Amino acid sequence: MPKVKDICRHVRTKNAGPFWVTVDFFYKDFDTYKEYKDSEDLGPDLFARLFGTDPTSIKRIPVDSLHMVKVSYVRPNAQAWKGERDMHSGQSFARLLDIDVRPSTSGGAV
Amino acid sequence: MEMTYQRLDDEVVIIVPTGMLGAGISPEHVRRGIEQGAAAIAVDSGSTDSGPSYLARGVSKMNREAVKSDLLVIMAEAYSAGIPVLVGTCATSGTDQGVNWTRDIAVEVAKDLNIQPKIACLYSEQDKETLKQKNKDGKITPLAPKGELADDVIDSCDHIVALMGPEPYIEAVKAGADVVLGGRTTDTAVLSAVALMNGAGSGPSWHAAKIAECGGQCTVHIRKGGVLMRVGKEAFDIEPLDLGNQTSPETVSAHMLYESTDPLRLTEPGGILDVTDAIYVQADDRITRVTGSVWNPQPYTMKLEGARSGSYQTIMIVGIEDPHVLANLDAFHDQMQDLLTQRIASVFAEETSDFDVSLRIYGWNGTSGQPVPAGTPPPRDVGVMFVVTAPTQDLANRMAKSCNPLFFHMPMPGHIELPSYAFPFTPADIPRGQVYEFVLNHVVHVQDGLELVRTGWVDLKKADDMERTHA
Repeated sequence: MPKVKDICRHVRTKNAGPFWVTVDFFYKDFDTYKEYKDSEDLGPDLFARLFGTDPTSIKRIPVDSLHMVKVSYVRPNAQAWKGERDMHSGQSFARLLDIDVRPSTSGGAV
Repeated sequence: MEMTYQRLDDEVVIIVPTGMLGAGISPEHVRRGIEQGAAAIAVDSGSTDSGPSYLARGVSKMNREAVKSDLLVIMAEAYSAGIPVLVGTCATSGTDQGVNWTRDIAVEVAKDLNIQPKIACLYSEQDKETLKQKNKDGKITPLAPKGELADDVIDSCDHIVALMGPEPYIEAVKAGADVVLGGRTTDTAVLSAVALMNGAGSGPSWHAAKIAECGGQCTVHIRKGGVLMRVGKEAFDIEPLDLGNQTSPETVSAHMLYESTDPLRLTEPGGILDVTDAIYVQADDRITRVTGSVWNPQPYTMKLEGARSGSYQTIMIVGIEDPHVLANLDAFHDQMQDLLTQRIASVFAEETSDFDVSLRIYGWNGTSGQPVPAGTPPPRDVGVMFVVTAPTQDLANRMAKSCNPLFFHMPMPGHIELPSYAFPFTPADIPRGQVYEFVLNHVVHVQDGLELVRTGWVDLKKADDMERTHA
């Protein structure tokens, strides 16, 4: 099964204001994008598990013209809280790279 | 293939020389923009990106020398060309004291250059009583993930600023300002103001400003200076200021994604920019043209930002190459965490139970704090950072000192004598200062873009005349 790093040419994370983190998945090409963009393996549960976010708050916007999907989630603690380890959430992408991804249609828990 | 560039009819040209005042501006780039007929130089000087400390304290992240050096370049070139300079979100967070800090630098620059600009200062820091009244009137509403605003949250803030739109800048330029120094402003508002003032289309003006907000970040060579916005009625062009730099539809359209949760719609004071139907094409080898940007006017709102200061931290750092520790890092972490927590709890039992100990093992999982996959081989070397958080700096310092012997010497199974981990400093405990937090994510509903903004003037020409009269 391919991993995120196999189907995306670039993945990045960044704070979007102090309360949100935004993830950009840039797929390798349009066909890969079409095949995987709605994969349930990249659904809200993944972000809840990896980043401790509330899965109901997740925003997910695919952009056909750029072969990319933007996912944004609420930080469990606002930027700069006393336990902060990554002020800009710029390293969070690394936790996504080795996630196994099945194509959009082939299931996974909804 | 050579492409012949056709300028837009009725274009308004704005120089965006850098994404952040103080990052460095090339005079050649600015001159080139002026040769192209620029109507203004506009630059952002702030962001919430670096955290709440700058707003809570009202101080700049960028050092004074760097800000002065960039102001010297743009004020000199703009003054001789007779075009205005607009600076948004002075001193990182755009507090009133941040505007005044930048104003004092600008006055010094004017004296160094022997020029007499008229300087407008736009203040958007908000008084707590005004905001409480607005809140009572139902004029403050939350943005996700925040809820209704309580008055005690307003009271807890050290500084609260409202994000300005372009209107106060337009008023100041119309009133003859050579330099406009703004408090907290959206990045897009300061860049779009003069285009909007001169009749460029609203959709293209706001969209161009969003693309140009980080200077050269929307170009191929992101470290080669800023960009020119050429804004027309129905379209805009983005051109790098450096002749050796290019933009492409990819680099320009990708910037809409940056630091924003919605790649297609951007909420601004007084409206929403919608780029769903935008089309990006190569206009020549270096320039990208964009059409189809739409501005949907909305009732006027200004976003509020507020920050407060809280507890204090003291840190200690050790390096470890000891194989007995490296082979059992998770056990080492958990044992150390337990022992240090117990130690502080017992030593400070009479004084406080309000403290937090955090250990981050860099080289293992210090960045994420998440469990490491089973079977990961031991690293060669780790750095361990100890962070204690307490209500005062003095308490945090004393708590760190009480942990020093354990943090330095804690043995693990396999040790035949007390280990000594590698302290890089003495004293080992480093007072780190205060923890700050952003507490507002709300908007205030206003009649127009000027209601909550105050404008002050420093007219150096008049001051100069006065000096001569009184001499």
